[in-house]
Amino acid sequence: MCVTSQRTENRGGRTTVFPVVGSDSKENWMQAIEADSLVVRVGGRRGRTAVNGLDLRLGRGVHGLLGPNGAGKTTLIRTLATVQKPTAGTLSLLGTPLRGTGMRPLRRRLGYLPQHFGFYKRFKVREFVEYLAWLKEMPAAEIPGAVHRALDRVGLADRAEDRMKSLSGGMVRRVGIAQAIVNEPEVLLLDEPTVGLDPAQRLRFRELVAELGRQSCVLISTHLVEDVAAACTDVVLVSEGSLVFQGTPADLAARGTREHVGDSPIERGYSALISSGGAW
Amino acid sequence: MNARQGDSTAHPREHLLRRYARGDVDIAADELWAVESHLEACAPCRARLAPDPVAEAVWTELAPQLALTPQMPRAGRWRGRVNGWVSPAAGPWLAMILLVTAAAVALDRLGVAVGDRVSLVHLVAPVLPVLGVAASWSRALDPAHELTAATPRAGLPLVFRRTAAVLAVVVPGLAAASLVIGAGLTQWLLPCLAFTAGTLALGAFVGITRAAVVLIAAWAVVIVAPTIAFSRTPTALNDAAAPLWAAVLALAVTVIVVRRMAFTRLEANR
Repeated sequence: MCVTSQRTENRGGRTTVFPVVGSDSKENWMQAIEADSLVVRVGGRRGRTAVNGLDLRLGRGVHGLLGPNGAGKTTLIRTLATVQKPTAGTLSLLGTPLRGTGMRPLRRRLGYLPQHFGFYKRFKVREFVEYLAWLKEMPAAEIPGAVHRALDRVGLADRAEDRMKSLSGGMVRRVGIAQAIVNEPEVLLLDEPTVGLDPAQRLRFRELVAELGRQSCVLISTHLVEDVAAACTDVVLVSEGSLVFQGTPADLAARGTREHVGDSPIERGYSALISSGGAW
Repeated sequence: MNARQGDSTAHPREHLLRRYARGDVDIAADELWAVESHLEACAPCRARLAPDPVAEAVWTELAPQLALTPQMPRAGRWRGRVNGWVSPAAGPWLAMILLVTAAAVALDRLGVAVGDRVSLVHLVAPVLPVLGVAASWSRALDPAHELTAATPRAGLPLVFRRTAAVLAVVVPGLAAASLVIGAGLTQWLLPCLAFTAGTLALGAFVGITRAAVVLIAAWAVVIVAPTIAFSRTPTALNDAAAPLWAAVLALAVTVIVVRRMAFTRLEANR
């Protein structure tokens, strides 16, 4: 799919260039994400504690965030994306402690795909990603090239001139991924990015995140255990707002035994850690 | 990307590479693409094209330029500029605001007035910018609010731009309307600005959507309803009330500045 799109793209031209991602040396962080006793309450005074005393250290690589519905995955990702204020605890991103002010330089280095990816229907695909690149304060001269690269990486370069409303669900999701990576973020937060992608697209997506994870810290929230097994170097398992497990997919698989529910070792490991409390 | 990974094993044949270096135009597009993407990733093959220091030197010099070169036409600059100020979600609302203004003037010219000659223009003036502000920030009206909130531009700079854009539509519209009906500036401009700032100030605490609903309801209950019911000019629309409106405006602007960080969070979109 990607190959065809680029073929059409490059008729007559000879300049397809993919600069090495993140080759600039602005990385002065050891841990991209450092959370200590993080507490996040949502929904005002009568709300609930979605993240409850979470300790988390994440560095470079692809990290899968797993957990049952309502475990606090989306709230955690929103907090890391700096759109949700932590109630208590400390949070540092890329070595910068979050204090509620002065987030602008930090946000330029983040990429975020929300769970509900809203977009403007009458925008062309390229316009939409360009608009997000502008919101991310990218230098104007770099925007067209960066937008092209981002669309190319998600295999949508040939749909750049189409309206957003003409895209299928999977394509919309890929535009969402393109806007998240357009600024080549050092921390990339993807909330359920594989929803609506067909199996072939999911494979391409895994290749893409593996590539991104070599330079940056990629955190992918998902309910698909198989995505984690295939694409992630590291698994973070949360339940009821707390960290239950962090380790490699193999470590997670090792936790499961034959008695646990699941079709694959990693699913059995997941149920071993999660469903000890009972039903679903 | 698929192809790029595949290419790392299959180096292009000598013949093809020579044709590529010569710049032959009859290489099939897919072959051409494969060679190029391979060359990008494979330094030994670049060295086959030219002795190594030369190839590498050319490459190092070229790469940053190519990265900047747009490979597709740029989007309309005008559109880009407009989106820098007007929230993409607010467009239809701004058009509606102008329509409502025109309708209020038309009704006024037809002799429809409320109570003691209170023009409809004055009754709608404070509500109009509230709609525009809500369209720019509200979770319900802006589909991309969560994406926007997470970007570095979110916060006071974007609030200022989007609000200025709303006022740039509302104020000239109302100014033209007041010229037509022959009313003074103070009767509508200060309430209009105070409600604009008030929506944002209240929105910083309870969310823009709720703030807009509360303020419009308050205006309807406290000002519009009594005006209609008792057929009198409300004191709030007298010239004498101007200092009060100015005070409200100043207070609201202060609150916005103090609470500016709220606009970088999702809470302001509620």
